Amino acid sequence: MILDIIISLLILVGAAFALVGSIGLARLPDFFTRLHGPTKATTLGVGSVVIASLIHSSAGTGGVSLRELAISLFLFITAPVSAHLLAKAALKTQGKPKAGRTH
Amino acid sequence: MTLLARVLPQPTITLVIIGLWMVLASSPSLGNLLLAVILGVSIPWITQSFWPGRPQLARPLAGIALFARVVGDIILANWEVARLVVGPLDRLRPAFIDVPIDIDDPFVATLLASIVSLTPGTVSVDIDRAAGILHVHALNVAVESELIATIKHRYEAPLKEIFGC
Repeated sequence: MILDIIISLLILVGAAFALVGSIGLARLPDFFTRLHGPTKATTLGVGSVVIASLIHSSAGTGGVSLRELAISLFLFITAPVSAHLLAKAALKTQGKPKAGRTH
Repeated sequence: MTLLARVLPQPTITLVIIGLWMVLASSPSLGNLLLAVILGVSIPWITQSFWPGRPQLARPLAGIALFARVVGDIILANWEVARLVVGPLDRLRPAFIDVPIDIDDPFVATLLASIVSLTPGTVSVDIDRAAGILHVHALNVAVESELIATIKHRYEAPLKEIFGC
């Protein structure tokens, strides 16, 4: 019962952050600011859902389900790399911006 | 080069691959363990020419402290970015910032760039290792020098301590 509530809350939190990430993607003004929404949303949004899944499957079997931890590990390793490559590609096509305000 | 170093160029990676494979495998059978060992030995061996030297962990315990700090910062970062994204956009002050770094090791520099990408409203755009500059894009900057100081003090200093460079 209490576990169900915790799991539900975690899923709701995860969904909320995924939603905010998508809103950011739609609302933010330019490419580089748009990078911020999705990179953050995947970390906490998916992270929360993964923890919910971990609690759910661990409670079912009695043991700790480590598979979810592996998923989050991969996510945390790959999210910065994809953001970095996207940014690099944008630099190549749009030219190198000088340090300082973008607007 | 000793025989062991030739067969296992990256012993840590080997262990991580074996561990991860066993975690992901549906059942901890002997067959799966054998497969894990084969992958754990062959993948580092095949990819060894891509690995930039092996940085030594000088203080592993400081690594755990940094990990905890980064996880905490990620949660704060999400909260912060969520507020900025939903709030009025004309108050955003996005900027490109050049952070001077003095890390020579490519692996450690990559770690720093990844941490910066995962934490408060900042994404690493490029690393210029020749000039020792990490190009960062920040979603909302109040004072540039403050952000640079935060990155250097919160993440770069502990990383240098952990890897002793």
